[in-house]
Amino acid sequence: MKENSALERLYNGIAKENPTFVLMLGMCPTLAVTTSAINGLGMGLTTAVVLTLSNLIISLLRKVIPDKVRIPAFIVIIASFVTIVQLLLEGYLPDLNEALGVYIPLIVVNCIILGRAEAYAYTHGPVSSLFDGIGMGLGFTVALTCIGMVRELLGGGKLFGFKVMPDSFTPIVIFVLAPGAFFVLAMLSALQNFVKIQGEKRGKDMSKIGSGCGHDCLHCMDESCADNRNKAFSEDEDKEETVEAPKEAPKAVENSEKGKKQKKEMTGTEKRTRREEKQKETEADSIELIDLDEEDE
Amino acid sequence: MENVRELLIILISSSLVSNVVLSQFLGLCPFLGVSKKINTAAGMGGAIIFVITLSSAIAGVIYQFVLTPFHMEYLQTIVFILVIAALVQFVEMFLKKFIKPLYQALGVYLPLITTNCAVLGVALTNVQKEYGILAGTVNGFATALGFMIAIVILAGLREKMAYNDIPESFKGMPSVLLTAGLMAIAFCGFSGLL
Repeated sequence: MKENSALERLYNGIAKENPTFVLMLGMCPTLAVTTSAINGLGMGLTTAVVLTLSNLIISLLRKVIPDKVRIPAFIVIIASFVTIVQLLLEGYLPDLNEALGVYIPLIVVNCIILGRAEAYAYTHGPVSSLFDGIGMGLGFTVALTCIGMVRELLGGGKLFGFKVMPDSFTPIVIFVLAPGAFFVLAMLSALQNFVKIQGEKRGKDMSKIGSGCGHDCLHCMDESCADNRNKAFSEDEDKEETVEAPKEAPKAVENSEKGKKQKKEMTGTEKRTRREEKQKETEADSIELIDLDEEDE
Repeated sequence: MENVRELLIILISSSLVSNVVLSQFLGLCPFLGVSKKINTAAGMGGAIIFVITLSSAIAGVIYQFVLTPFHMEYLQTIVFILVIAALVQFVEMFLKKFIKPLYQALGVYLPLITTNCAVLGVALTNVQKEYGILAGTVNGFATALGFMIAIVILAGLREKMAYNDIPESFKGMPSVLLTAGLMAIAFCGFSGLL
């Protein structure tokens, strides 16, 4: 399949990089609303709609949004769509809105959406971003529906509200309660670990599995990122301590300007890393500036 | 008197009965990610208490004095998320400049809280349950306290679990999630409290 084509994006979102099963993103809604298959389906589709629209708009605006304020800009765009969707649900599907409650507005802080905006939509064209949103959204929907079905079946003997288990089956009620959510997710993540370990034994590249951070190590809580984050923090602190002499500041500026010139030659695929580096540099610069200000006083 | 009683009920129900992580599943990321050691867990809990209490108070003020008079309640999600993000940045800058010891204790955790769903969740729940500013602030404090209780207990359990022999597939996240599930069962016991 051609890269970034519509079909490839759909396949990537639903199977290859499924946000729940592979990347382990957006766990709060996954656990909270999957008490039944219908709720999971509703939440998944709602998120998919927001994700698709926000991906499209962010991709269209990607040349207008300045690099430094892109996160607040993304959040405003996402929050607007969440509000629109929430009002639509209130009007046309009040039952679903009632069942999902506070988790609908909380779609704003779902890491899948911000992660896709940051990792894909901001660096790719509108058409592939649109299909990326549809693919990821459908992947999320499929995952939530599956988890919801398992929990509903074990916890109530039902599927989509219809009784399917024989009368002799005693429902394991704990699966529809809060602890059941943790247990189902624990099994899921153990299964994921198992697949990862088996794959690594056969020498496949499994680095993608479970690295659900959207490459944003600063805000990511995943353990694989914890080391990177700690490094980033300690580097920052080192810089603050060492850069006290004002003479060093112009040097740093020079360096970053040089770096920018070099980076201009890079191509689109390297855009992401380039931006991260640039961000780090600007952060470092601003820290230096603050330090200088303090010394002036 | 009636007021104090109401506030006490909010305090107990938000911190123990409907615990923010174990029964509402908000703020799971820091709960699972920063619970390896008791010290860091307590630091994270402290930072969360600080931010949630402050943000629920400010969100309450904004809702009551800005959004309601202008009939713009439907903008709450956008306004709250922006206010929270700005607030966390501002608090970080303020602490760095004026209260150095507190910044050294909480500073590392503050940037991680900006897009934490628990913070936004509390602000939205306060509106949904029609709490006033005072009740909302108490609810925010209680929710964050519940988070701190849960994360410190989990960190204590994980420190012990580190020496155990666990099947390879269950190492890391799965065993932590199972522990959290067992804790959630224990916290279900509080539901008879009110």
